[in-house]
Amino acid sequence: MTQAIGQFAAIAATALFIFALYWMNDPKSARRGVYAGVAGMTVAVLATWIQPAIVHHGWILLAIAAGFLVGVPLSRVPLTAVPQRTALSHAFGGLAAGLVGTAEYYLWLREGPEHFTIFRMSALVIEVILGFLTFTGSLMAAGKLQEVRWIPQRPVTYPGQNFVNLGVLAAAAVLGVMLVLHPTASWATTVFPIIIGLAVLFGVLLIIPIGGADMPTVISILNSYAGLAAVAMGFVLDSKLLVTAGALDGSSGLILSIIMCRAMNRSFTNVLFGAFGTVQKTKALGEQKVWKQESPEGAAQLLEQARLVVVIPGYGMAVAQAQHKVRELYDQLTKRGVTVKFAIHPVAGRMPGHMNVLLAEADIPYTALVEMDEINPEMPQCDVALVIGANDVVNPAARYAKDSPIYGMPIIAADKARTVLAIKRTKNPGVAGIDNELYVLDNTWMLFGDAKGVIGDLVKQFAGGGLH
Amino acid sequence: MSDYWSMLFVFVLATFIGLGVIRRVSRLLYTPLMSLTNAISAIAVVGSIVVVGADYPTTIRILGGVALFASMTNIVSGFLITDRMLKMFKKQ
Repeated sequence: MTQAIGQFAAIAATALFIFALYWMNDPKSARRGVYAGVAGMTVAVLATWIQPAIVHHGWILLAIAAGFLVGVPLSRVPLTAVPQRTALSHAFGGLAAGLVGTAEYYLWLREGPEHFTIFRMSALVIEVILGFLTFTGSLMAAGKLQEVRWIPQRPVTYPGQNFVNLGVLAAAAVLGVMLVLHPTASWATTVFPIIIGLAVLFGVLLIIPIGGADMPTVISILNSYAGLAAVAMGFVLDSKLLVTAGALDGSSGLILSIIMCRAMNRSFTNVLFGAFGTVQKTKALGEQKVWKQESPEGAAQLLEQARLVVVIPGYGMAVAQAQHKVRELYDQLTKRGVTVKFAIHPVAGRMPGHMNVLLAEADIPYTALVEMDEINPEMPQCDVALVIGANDVVNPAARYAKDSPIYGMPIIAADKARTVLAIKRTKNPGVAGIDNELYVLDNTWMLFGDAKGVIGDLVKQFAGGGLH
Repeated sequence: MSDYWSMLFVFVLATFIGLGVIRRVSRLLYTPLMSLTNAISAIAVVGSIVVVGADYPTTIRILGGVALFASMTNIVSGFLITDRMLKMFKKQ
């Protein structure tokens, strides 16, 4: 009886999960998706809990309580910290898969060799390797995003790095194959922890050469690994529900990775093994050209006289937490009859959709957020392109500079606008370490300073009656 | 043996469903999508419950307990933060 309930619950949960993702196709129905997900999860957990094999209820309650204790604060982080929270959750997902795989292996060793079929053992080895490499890789990514002091932000590279990385992975794979063929050999219990160690090491090595600009892609790839680890766990535990949910997560990560890679005109291998932004030649573009600085008064005047303003936000807006000030500026401009649109590059920020969430937090209607492909044809009609802490995604060098690391990357055509106002924190190059000639174009005016402060000054110009 | 084939079958079909459904997800919602799928894939919790709750040796159950804690954290924080973000997307 309880077994039938379990089977039925698994089917119900699968259906609910698919609906949950289906409802994400529109912001209007999206919250329903969350409820469907919660319902599916509750059904699945309860149906597992009532199985007769479960006898230690106290332990379960304790672990669940601890999960709530950590999970609730983690869900309250400021939205600018969402990329690192996401990376951290991939780490937890990987850890869970790795630990369950480890536990199962030692259980099977105790209970007898009939458990060890080639199929299940292969799935178990894949689960453990993927789980632990996702664990440390995502922890590293989260650390970089959180700017933990002892984790270098800039990509760290050394000669032979790819050779070392692939060597570590290959060693883990070879040991894994040996273990699949001889799971009960006398050396197996020594090899198993070594495989874990190699996977843990590979996760760290994989992320060391990754820079900030690549984070959206890397987070998506790690998302996909976490999903695949869950799939492998499903094979190990003979659970179709786990396989399905893991496959949904894995395919979501895969699609996002592809979109991110396309938006940077790069391949997976290039992201993971290419060490973006380090092999930079320090050749300065447009040697003698200098920026022209604009005052808040002048910038406010330009904005007020515009008919169409396109705001192009980037990571700088997130770092400065400037989204609420941007909202005030948006209000001031729309009040004066100026049309304001937000052009969102797929890789702006540190994770897919980062800018959309920040702007939504500031109550900017999502109808004002426009994708790159949609806004680019409109850019020649744009009176002012206001670049807020974005850099590489508006760099015209991507169109023609063949030696540039961002060559071929689709960009938002800010340079086609009649006037460009660019807010930049410092006079240094952006995350990818590349000079941006947009800043020295004839029709570009720079506003140097923290995005929040600069936009605050602009808003004051409007609100304080300096303009009317 | 046929059982493994049926598992692989489920995997392939689920992947195609996933690709089909995710492709239709609004581009605005990629960040909440990631936290939602992350919470959903924490369904690994059912595996952990079995490992921690069944009558197994203590060391194994400790591994299961930590795994259960990790999955539960993802479920709780994943669903909560997804809902928190989605609440913010307003039309006007």
